[in-house]
Amino acid sequence: MSPFLEVTDLFKTYGEGETATPVLKGLSLTLAQGERAALLGPSGSGKSTLLTILGTLMQPTSGRHVMLGEDLTRASDRARTEFRNRHIGFVFQFHHLLPDFTALENVVFPSAVAAGRETASARHRGTELLARVGLSNRVNFRATQLSGGQKQRVAIARALMNRPELILADEPTGNLDRESAKQVMDLITEINREERTTFLISTHDDNIAQACGRQIRVLDGRTIVDGQ
Amino acid sequence: MLYALKIAWRYLTANKVQTGLLVAGVAVGVFVFIFISALIGGLGTYLVQRTVGNISHVTISAPDEEMSVLPDSAAEMLVVRQANRADREILRNAEAFIPLLEGLTSVAAVSPQIVGNGFAVRGQLRAPVAVTGVAPDKVSAIADLDSALVAGNTLLTNASVVIGASLAEDLNIGVGQVLRLQSDRGMERPLVVAGIFAIGVEALDARSAFVSTATARFLFEIEQGLSRMEIKLDDLNAADTIARRIAGITGLEAIPWTAGNSQLLEGLRAQSSSGDLIKAFALITIVIGVASALLLSTYRRRPEIGIMRAMGASQLFVVAVFVIQGALIGILGACIGAGLGYLALSPFPVPENAAPGGLPVDVRQGAFGLAIVLTAIGAVLASILPARSAARVDPVSVIGQ
Repeated sequence: MSPFLEVTDLFKTYGEGETATPVLKGLSLTLAQGERAALLGPSGSGKSTLLTILGTLMQPTSGRHVMLGEDLTRASDRARTEFRNRHIGFVFQFHHLLPDFTALENVVFPSAVAAGRETASARHRGTELLARVGLSNRVNFRATQLSGGQKQRVAIARALMNRPELILADEPTGNLDRESAKQVMDLITEINREERTTFLISTHDDNIAQACGRQIRVLDGRTIVDGQ
Repeated sequence: MLYALKIAWRYLTANKVQTGLLVAGVAVGVFVFIFISALIGGLGTYLVQRTVGNISHVTISAPDEEMSVLPDSAAEMLVVRQANRADREILRNAEAFIPLLEGLTSVAAVSPQIVGNGFAVRGQLRAPVAVTGVAPDKVSAIADLDSALVAGNTLLTNASVVIGASLAEDLNIGVGQVLRLQSDRGMERPLVVAGIFAIGVEALDARSAFVSTATARFLFEIEQGLSRMEIKLDDLNAADTIARRIAGITGLEAIPWTAGNSQLLEGLRAQSSSGDLIKAFALITIVIGVASALLLSTYRRRPEIGIMRAMGASQLFVVAVFVIQGALIGILGACIGAGLGYLALSPFPVPENAAPGGLPVDVRQGAFGLAIVLTAIGAVLASILPARSAARVDPVSVIGQ
């Protein structure tokens, strides 16, 4: 049986010729369904590049990328976009909400863009997700009217909207105060336990890494430590 | 598509001032387009109306006599008889067609006439005149003499004549005084001046004399038949078609006014081309305005486009969002511009009723539908480049910021 997510001998080089900059140098990794793993490593080690490849936002120079049995290595932009919409959620350090939209509209976006319209059931689920992240009283607030912690919780609700199997989080608490960071990590842990959603969290914070069941350390484009 | 429409609308309403200015710019362009259409069209109508409004629009005249070849009896000699140009050509049975012609669509009036040349004489004064014999009730059927009267009336009898103002001046004659009309056939009759008109066309005012049909028959020795029939139309532009139709029905030669006014038509065509050029520039301005504004919007919204792409929005979806914005701006601006154009043009009288020296704009020729359709298409085309640019935004570069 193939693993939930597997990348094998992954290479990624930016630029060509004399300006070629190799970032990933034969990285291999597997993730099981329901895991909560921390991705650690210094700046420039290749963590963000790995996340963008796993998120199907970018293709590797070489190697193999398989998720849910589907080989995404050389899939078309359209196929990767559809796959990303259905199976992957993102939580970014800078939340990246749509500023002209309300909290609910931001949460519903991944569903609406797939369906071509905002359905009543999507709005219902979006409202439930906002309640779950403690923002039931901010449903119709514009993104610009929310605090940093509230924005990040909206981003988590948005990541959960299409019930993805994998959520990629890039420094999800890096821009939050201690209290907000703890709320966000508690929420991630709760969702991981209750819905068996797989989380891969890129972080520099050892506390967050310790809160994850598995730590994957990347250095110079390769996985050097992978352990519980 | 519905969701792309929602996002497009949200983007447009997010910055109301910028969108308002953009829509206003499009509206001004459409207003210019409509105003130029109405002005050029109205000017054309005004010129045609003023130039040919008082002449026949279709004239049925007798065909020139063709030279004929005598029968070749013995194959030894061919004799050609020269056409006699001195003979007056007569429409012998044309009067039978009058009811038929009057029943044709677009025909406003039919005026059977006896015409010829001669001299108007008063004492020692003598002036060449073109004499037109018309039925008393058809005096104003072609040239509106009633409206152009400066003295007297147009009630023609067998002893009266209506002449142009310049001719009256040349002969130093007024209403109620007598002149003698001498025809080129040597016939002569004294006639009382019943009325004097000033149409504003020198050829008519200085050289025309209208008499009754009976008087004309006497002067030109035409006992039966007609010299010609003049026809006035409701729609000047239908002259070519109606002339062909009349020729087909009657078998007579029917000449539209356009045949003798090629220079006027060329002038109108040149004027129309100039108008088209101005309208094209107005459209180009709209396209450039919409394209540049949307390109700016694309650049400003790069982070949001990247996020949408990361959340699963396809390139096609992003294209749709920006093309719909272009279409909305175009349609909204076009409708506002068309509405303003209608409001601005409506108070002006149509060229047919325009006062001399007034602005001859014609609201009926505003090309409102064409302006809206072309603007909407132009705005959509203008948005394609920004939309494609937006669709190519790399989400990775945005997320990294």
